[in-house]
Amino acid sequence: MEKFTKITGVAAPMPLINIDTDMIIPKLFLKTIKRSGLGVNLFDEMRYDDDRNERPDFVLNKPAYRQTEILVAGDNFGCGSSREHAPWAIKDFGIRCVISTSFADIFFNNCFKNGILPIVMPKEVVDVLLKDAEKGENARMSVDLEAQTVTTSDGEVFRFEVDSFKKHCLLEGLDDIGQTMNKIAAIDVFEAKAKVERPWV
Amino acid sequence: MSPKTLYDKIWDAHVADETDDGTCLLYIDRHLVHEVTSPQAFEGLRMSGRKVRAPDKTIAVPDHNVPTTPDRVNGIENEQSRIQVEALDKNARDFGIHYYPVNDIRQGIVHIVGPEQGWTLPGMTVVCGDSHTATHGAFGSLAHGIGTSEVEHVLATQTLIQKKSKNMKVEITGKLSPGVTAKDITLSVIGHTGTAGGTGYVIEYCGEAIRDLSMEGRMTVCNMAIEGGARAGLIAPDQKTYDYVMGRPHAPKGAQWEAALAWWKTLYSDDDAHWDEVITIAAEDIAPVVTWGTSPEDVLPITANVPAPSDFEGGKVEAVERALDYMDLTPGTPLTEVEIDTVFIGSCTNGRIEDLRAAAGILKGRKIKQGMRAMIVPGSGLVRAQAEEEGLAKIFLDAGFEWRLAGCSMCLAMNPDQLEPGERCAATSNRNFEGRQGRGGRTHLVSPIMAAAAAITGKLTDVREMMNADAGQ
Repeated sequence: MEKFTKITGVAAPMPLINIDTDMIIPKLFLKTIKRSGLGVNLFDEMRYDDDRNERPDFVLNKPAYRQTEILVAGDNFGCGSSREHAPWAIKDFGIRCVISTSFADIFFNNCFKNGILPIVMPKEVVDVLLKDAEKGENARMSVDLEAQTVTTSDGEVFRFEVDSFKKHCLLEGLDDIGQTMNKIAAIDVFEAKAKVERPWV
Repeated sequence: MSPKTLYDKIWDAHVADETDDGTCLLYIDRHLVHEVTSPQAFEGLRMSGRKVRAPDKTIAVPDHNVPTTPDRVNGIENEQSRIQVEALDKNARDFGIHYYPVNDIRQGIVHIVGPEQGWTLPGMTVVCGDSHTATHGAFGSLAHGIGTSEVEHVLATQTLIQKKSKNMKVEITGKLSPGVTAKDITLSVIGHTGTAGGTGYVIEYCGEAIRDLSMEGRMTVCNMAIEGGARAGLIAPDQKTYDYVMGRPHAPKGAQWEAALAWWKTLYSDDDAHWDEVITIAAEDIAPVVTWGTSPEDVLPITANVPAPSDFEGGKVEAVERALDYMDLTPGTPLTEVEIDTVFIGSCTNGRIEDLRAAAGILKGRKIKQGMRAMIVPGSGLVRAQAEEEGLAKIFLDAGFEWRLAGCSMCLAMNPDQLEPGERCAATSNRNFEGRQGRGGRTHLVSPIMAAAAAITGKLTDVREMMNADAGQ
């Protein structure tokens, strides 16, 4: 997994609440058997019209936001399905960090498995960051995972909380399965015990 | 011992390892797999030379992509869909997991097949690369959706890296009124909490109205826990649960049944267990509901009018403006005046035999409105066979419905069953997101009887009026 340490880049504002996984990546792009190449279809129905032309008013189509690395979004981002195609598309587009007041549980977990940092901030902070992101490519926001800070283009610093295990994995780019394999003895012990206690399982 | 909730008990029974910060390895008893979220996980196993740790606990069935028309026995026309299903065929074979292929009569939506075959049992941990895994919580199992990386993790290790969620109790007191169903309960709860209200929680549904539900109804309620943002929803097992499970192909038998039953009977929340959040709703306050917007929280009784953005606050104002524009609805319009052109009855939310019986009860002796496109997609081949045996299929066909083969179908429209732009559907499925049933399509979520009533009148309809007419009132 790609490490996440510190990024500085363009932040795009998407204040709409309840942006769901069908909006992030519509179902017709779930037919792939690969993880790559989904960035071009990120937010597909919002981004392209029926003739596949870009909608000029959609934020990521605007010249200032084509190199977006940070997304500042409305409440409950990523609600809906478990499709990991959503973070795959986000990452493939080049976005490494999403900031919102809240995330849907499965999407939130999926981000960490793909080198994307989802940051939960209070409403008043998200509002400040949305305002900052509205400045376009001049607003280069910084996210420092080690220090757990977001810095606006004006130098205003906000601290965020992150689960210590998830932070460690992102900073080191650690693969979950590899780590769990180190604990295989504990799984063996559990399995043997469960087989006695609940043999019908 | 300190008092525990049902969730606490199941959690504690499955922790294989715990670190100081509370990060646990949770052992997984059942891993359900379908064709859309698994190919990359199996590919990951191959690339790292890993095996499936517990193939006997892993069950696969294709459902999302499969066509539901009879010609599917000749193969799947759409190349990408066919490749995904063929990949699952191969992965199931190569890794030696249980498999129900497309043309097996037991094939169906993974969340209907699991319980039907007795894979889902009380007290289990159940996961699947699908958010509606919450369905299995109806058995008093801890069941939730996972992403593809986690699918690979479970395949390789039979565990998940997890931190414990908080406990929420949702109690539905009293008895439901006629015409009000499990679907109306679960939509009303989401309308109450909002789609993010359950974030960070596992919900236990309880109360007289929940106890009164059949297992099918309980599955409908738990199915949509995810729509309220919860990691999982569950209901304590009782005699109805045991009766449903007993005798199913993969349910325990003989002495093992007795041992299992003894443990299952300990699976309830202790009287003085701690709840982080409690919500109580009176069943008599729940009406047949319908969604008007593009979020499952956009719920109103069928007797209400389309709301205005000014009825809301904060970020919801803009969201409602956008939703009303997308749905082409005008504030103040009575919901019963909203005309529809499509009806979809099916999905893991409402594709079980009881749902079909309920719809047939309304459709018997009636015809759908001329020009209406209406389809019933049973949740599994066995549900389909049972409905045919009970004479329900004939009622549907006589009424003018299409009678399809099993699959997810128009719930997420990955197969050919899709809405065209601007079409408006009364659907028994679980999501009304923009484009969910097809790009530009408009979805109103309802119960099976409400969907059946809408098919007849061509409008969103209060099914109670039709029921009263039937009763000669």
